[in-house]
Amino acid sequence: MNKIMKELVTPFVAIIIAILIGACVMLLTGHNPLAAYGALFSGAFGSTVNLSNTMANAIPLILSGLGVAIAFKAGLFNIGAEGQYWIGSMAAVWIGYSVQGLPPILHISLAVLVSMLAAGLWAGIIPGLAKALVGAHEVITTMMMSYIAIFLSHYMLENGPMMQRGFVPQSPVILPSAMLGKIVDRTQLSWGLVIALVVCVIVYWLLYKTTLGYRLRAVGLNARAAKYAGINVSFNLVLALFISGMLAGLAGAVQMLGVQHRLYDSFSSGYGFTAIVVAILANNNPFGVILASIFFAALSTGGQSMQLVSGVPAHLTDVISGIIIFLIASKNVISIVQKRWRRRHTLAPVKEVQTGC
Amino acid sequence: MRTCLEVREITKSFPGVLANDHVNLTVREGEIHAILGENGAGKSTLVKIIYGLYKPDSGSIRLYDQELNFASPRQAIEAGIGMVHQHFMLIPALTVAENVVLGGEPGRIHYRRKENVEIVRQLAKQYHMELDPDAKVGDLTVGLQQRVEILKVFYRKAKLLILDEPTAMLTPQEVEELILVMERLRSQGVPIVFISHKLDEVQRISDHVTVMRAGKTVNTVETKSTTPQELANLMVGREVVLHVSKLPQKLGEPVLELVDIVVSSGRNEKVKKVSFEVHRGEIFGLAGIDGNGQFELVEAITGLLPCKTGRIRLLGKDITSSSVQHRTNAGIAYIPQDRQLDGLVMDFELTENFVLRDFSKAPFARLGQMQVKPIEEYATRLSEDFDVRPRRIHALAQNLSGGNQQKVILAREVSRNPELLIAAQPTRGLDVGAIQFIHNKLLELRSDGKAILLVSLELDEILALSDRIGVFYAGRLMGIFPSGQVTREQLGLLMTGVDLGSGGRL
Repeated sequence: MNKIMKELVTPFVAIIIAILIGACVMLLTGHNPLAAYGALFSGAFGSTVNLSNTMANAIPLILSGLGVAIAFKAGLFNIGAEGQYWIGSMAAVWIGYSVQGLPPILHISLAVLVSMLAAGLWAGIIPGLAKALVGAHEVITTMMMSYIAIFLSHYMLENGPMMQRGFVPQSPVILPSAMLGKIVDRTQLSWGLVIALVVCVIVYWLLYKTTLGYRLRAVGLNARAAKYAGINVSFNLVLALFISGMLAGLAGAVQMLGVQHRLYDSFSSGYGFTAIVVAILANNNPFGVILASIFFAALSTGGQSMQLVSGVPAHLTDVISGIIIFLIASKNVISIVQKRWRRRHTLAPVKEVQTGC
Repeated sequence: MRTCLEVREITKSFPGVLANDHVNLTVREGEIHAILGENGAGKSTLVKIIYGLYKPDSGSIRLYDQELNFASPRQAIEAGIGMVHQHFMLIPALTVAENVVLGGEPGRIHYRRKENVEIVRQLAKQYHMELDPDAKVGDLTVGLQQRVEILKVFYRKAKLLILDEPTAMLTPQEVEELILVMERLRSQGVPIVFISHKLDEVQRISDHVTVMRAGKTVNTVETKSTTPQELANLMVGREVVLHVSKLPQKLGEPVLELVDIVVSSGRNEKVKKVSFEVHRGEIFGLAGIDGNGQFELVEAITGLLPCKTGRIRLLGKDITSSSVQHRTNAGIAYIPQDRQLDGLVMDFELTENFVLRDFSKAPFARLGQMQVKPIEEYATRLSEDFDVRPRRIHALAQNLSGGNQQKVILAREVSRNPELLIAAQPTRGLDVGAIQFIHNKLLELRSDGKAILLVSLELDEILALSDRIGVFYAGRLMGIFPSGQVTREQLGLLMTGVDLGSGGRL
């Protein structure tokens, strides 16, 4: 219990400070922060519909956030969750409209599996193998692969093979047998929520209760010790990126099958990037990912109603998330500096004495 | 000759260690002054104090007429102290000239490249160092990079040059060239302090030698009027050997057989055709000064580094190209030299660290799932058997003291009931109690008929525990001696590459 409280302190303080700074900005620009935040809160949680939409928004964040977190746990910074999300989306929609005559359970499962596999390979093959074999940094490779994925979707939809007949760059609608049902009617909240929660438990189990998770974490925390323990470091790096990509791909699939039902031409879903923020705020804890996802989803759904009611631009929520990231990052910087300082003044010299000369 | 640097009664302690204990050092103009000592004698601490990296607890330092009291290396540089670290601080992508002036570029906002190149060219000429100012540092050999470091020092108008283990990274030819450079500098009156633990070099280059042992300056002697024998005696000292009661040995069949092992790491061959055997019931001690290839040999045996040629056999079976995992299962246990870097995952709990080698095997894992109960029971048992404190199996490894961290590793490796235990520096940095504990455990294993390969930089440890002693120098075995048939002084000489001639070789 104590441990959980400790883990919650940093994100909680960061959120409070960010909200206070947001309030200062509102005061300076002549808005009433209490009214604005009230509107934001009721916009996010105030009614069944609002709450459902917030939760619906959280689903892809939870799934892709878990993906980013699992990569972090293995010491990898998968910055390309956005691209993996697109790959997953494309695969799910394609299976969704092109495969006919399957019962819903099979159709949905097939779409989900194919999209996870595609996105997993997207992350695992090029960035994963490049990292494992030649040491290419995954921040660069996953980012580049992300652009490739997004432009691939442009190609598919703008007079490409996945474009619906007509002039609008969008895919056909998926068949009803591939659609995920709604939990709450007339909202965006689908049974994808249950998938996200179950996957969260699975990821937790995988990371902390299996030998696979043990390997991934050992590689992430100390690759040298892992190698000494007989763990194949390269293979586990590839595997971590593969799983990470699978989860981002699953996020895309659930969003397509549950909410959008077709693929629209666009530059970014935003989920893949927010997922990084989610994982950081959650400190890569799978259950923390759920809370962080709901928080950011609430900011985005509540932000619109804040703008309508109190006239504060919805973009202020971006300011708030930016400040949160800044605070958490600076907290890490501070603790690194503290460690260095302590080391220089107490610990390291001892080691120097024994190793030096 | 004027006195250039005078260090008086410097004392510096770190928690638990008195690194420098009333150290004195006098360096005169135009001399090369060597500081000689074993690992951990306090040489590095001393030069770091002179260079302003550490603050001394007491004592004073004078450079010519100036009392020095540095808060940072920057002030040391301004006062005229130049230091070339063992590991160079150069930017490979920049040219020689750019590296030399870095941090003190000519011109203000506008960087004057031509002027810069000219300055460096002149400087190189002045000190007779052949260097192309326009060459990229990354393309240079280590020896030339070292010259760039030395030029850097003189560009900052150093009155005193400190070289920290300057020959450690060099090939023999490069060492010769460095010696030439040093002699030229001496003829120009530049005083040089150089730190080493290699007797032959000290003997060749220096005018005076200050020997350090256990944080104290033992003596300063004129190099000409001393012998390697005397220096080795001074360096190693004649303190009482750590007392361990050793039962007579029951030598058994060979467990580990090494045949003509060659190991490369980086650009150098670190181990050159080494062969020996370690038997059941034997502690084979591998003595040698750090950086002579003994740890590369250990990594080759454990499977972390590949063997270029040669064969490794464990209980008669060839394991030369087996994986780490396979060797572990075949019965090799390993206490790595750096417990925090290689031996433990510092952010893991003790439970997780205790099963680092066997986490995927029953009873710790079933069908890919970690089994909490057996792991916790195992961790509790090992903590008790090896007296790991605090007795909290869910504590993170990083929250334990060094001695207890080492006990965790020892417990894990020994409890696997190995055939061969390789212990690299098993007592490094530990207090006396922990050292005793670990020594006794090693002797217990020995009487259980295990084979133990002990690699240590501490001669005392080697002498106290080993049944046979192999001396490593420059990647080669200088000889193998039954303990008792070789003196500490002989070992000291062998470790620094002095061949004892015919005596003692088996």
